[in-house]
Amino acid sequence: MAGSRLHRAAFGVAVTGAYGLILAPVLAVIVISVFAQEIVSFPPSGITLAWYANAWERREFARGFLTSLQLALGATAIGVPLGTAAALALSRARLGRFRGGLNTLLLGPLAVPGVVAGTALYLFYVRAEFWIDDDIKGTLPGLVAAHVLLTIPWTVRLVLASLQGLDRAAEEAAANLGARPFTVFRRITLPMLRPGVVAACLFSFIQSFENLELTLLLVGPGRTTLPVAMLNYLEFRVDPTLAAVATVQIALVGALMLITDRFVSLSRVV
Amino acid sequence: MGTLTLDGLCRRYATTTAVERVDLEVAEGEFVALLGPSGCGKTTTLRMVAGFVAPSSGRILIAGRDVTHAPPHGRDTGMVFQSYALFPHMTVGENVAFGLEMRKVARAERDARVREVLRLARLDGLGDRLPRQLSGGQQQRVALARALVVNPAVFLLDEPLSNLDAKLRAEVRIEIRALQQRLGLTTLFVTHDQEEALTMADRLVVMERGRVRQIGTAEALYERPADAFVAGFIGRCNLLRGTPEAPGQFRTASGALLPCLPQPARPGDILALRPERIALRAAGDGLPARLAAVTYLGAQTEYHLDLAGTRLVAVAPTPAEGDARRGLAPGDAVLAHWDPAEARLLPAEPGDLLDDQA
Ligand SMILES: Nc1ncnc2c1ncn2[C@@H]1O[C@H](COP(=O)(O)OP(=O)(O)OP(=O)(O)O)[C@@H](O)[C@H]1O
Ligand SMILES: [Mg+2]
Repeated sequence: MAGSRLHRAAFGVAVTGAYGLILAPVLAVIVISVFAQEIVSFPPSGITLAWYANAWERREFARGFLTSLQLALGATAIGVPLGTAAALALSRARLGRFRGGLNTLLLGPLAVPGVVAGTALYLFYVRAEFWIDDDIKGTLPGLVAAHVLLTIPWTVRLVLASLQGLDRAAEEAAANLGARPFTVFRRITLPMLRPGVVAACLFSFIQSFENLELTLLLVGPGRTTLPVAMLNYLEFRVDPTLAAVATVQIALVGALMLITDRFVSLSRVV
Repeated sequence: MGTLTLDGLCRRYATTTAVERVDLEVAEGEFVALLGPSGCGKTTTLRMVAGFVAPSSGRILIAGRDVTHAPPHGRDTGMVFQSYALFPHMTVGENVAFGLEMRKVARAERDARVREVLRLARLDGLGDRLPRQLSGGQQQRVALARALVVNPAVFLLDEPLSNLDAKLRAEVRIEIRALQQRLGLTTLFVTHDQEEALTMADRLVVMERGRVRQIGTAEALYERPADAFVAGFIGRCNLLRGTPEAPGQFRTASGALLPCLPQPARPGDILALRPERIALRAAGDGLPARLAAVTYLGAQTEYHLDLAGTRLVAVAPTPAEGDARRGLAPGDAVLAHWDPAEARLLPAEPGDLLDDQA
């Protein structure tokens, strides 16, 4: 009895500790964003929203936010359908001995360090710009194309997991009741995959929105994403403005998670 | 509604032959059960009829139409899956309406037919629930209703009762049979539970390792099994190895000479004798035997006999209190008697006999 109570107490402490460790930096950022003085010290000399105002006034953050938003939406809109189709092919099509290779190829970008992939893309873009005689670096399409490399692997992974748990018998039952293959897909398969696809959208969006390493070399003047804008700012100033920007980012991602969780229980798919 | 014909149906896989030359005629409105041990090819046969497995050779005809190469959605079969396979994101009503929707039945008629079949399946008032909000028995009835509502030419069921508890299973068995008869459905039913098959089906198909061993009514299979496998699979049976001596005499492997039906004997034949056809007496006709064990089973009592080294099982209604036979105990000497016509010589294949039957 006493042993089990001790057990439970220890478990509680461990869980609280783990959450504390994960959430501490996030909380610190939020707290610092309202500290009055420029160099962070404790206790604060006052509370202010001035850093939010400053972030708003600096055009690079507003523009970066807009670019990141367009980029994340675009990369999600393209990557999720492609990734879903690829996951279906991986689990359903008769690929024989190509299956393993295709799987590695599709999940590969997850294993390559972002800076390496970014450099490779940079070199490729330079060459491609020469061929087509037009800009790719620093353009939205160029960035979207790069970020699709992030959204496809995430989608493939999440949708593949959903597909593995899917009851094939339900699809057979639909066919048995007279549904043609495409109707089966639209009315049965896709709705049953919905949690995986919704989770894929969410994760794709977040991955793209917060990506720094892959993007770093591909941005251009006037086309900078929010994380890159933050890094640039950091190079010549350190003040709570960044904390304010980060807080807005955290709020956005948190809101997205909450909204998504209303549609599908995230803990069930991830 | 219509007939179902399987003509030399085969299905081979790389390393096994799941189904080997199955021929079967199911008449309109008939209920046929596919029965056999695990892995004998029942599910494969059913799935070939539904169109989910392509036959390696042979033909399938539904209502006279050759559907061997038709896709599943063009076969007009109604299948009930072992796992029920309900659409988890649709309500009970939507699940049941799905087949009618695919057949482009008008809204008003669709609603009326769904309501009617839900009533038949005793699911009134549950139309708006999701499958996960139902009990196992209710889910099972939704699966039935969904397959029935489209009035399929052939009704296919793959062990639909195996996920229900014993009491519910007995109830649903009767319900399915009643519905099937009332709607006159041509039905192919898969089970490995012989009681289920015996109580529900008009005819049974006994399968073993992909082949049909015998097709017939419950009575025909029990009274006139075609081979030792069927005799041992349907009900209990003493199966004895040995050699026929004179007509009407069978010498068991352990040396006992047993009376049997005089019939032309083939080498390797097995003597089959049902336990309840053996009578135990104290005096008169019969072979002397010693009781090795007596097992009281309530309504019945099982007697394990030793006839000079040959072991036989006899079953009889438990004698009334006061009857001399009530006191029989291991070690007692008795006389075992049977009508020689009850002991038949049956062909057997290697593997047909269990180890304890020798
Ligand atoms: N896709 C497949 N590939 C290879 N072998 C298969 C395949 N499907 C079935 N088999 C084999 O075919 C044989 C018959 O299988 P089937 O599922 O029809 O048996 P069953 O009679 O339904 O058995 P159970 O009572 O256990 O359900 C088995 O030996 C099985 O291993
Ligand atoms: Mg089976």
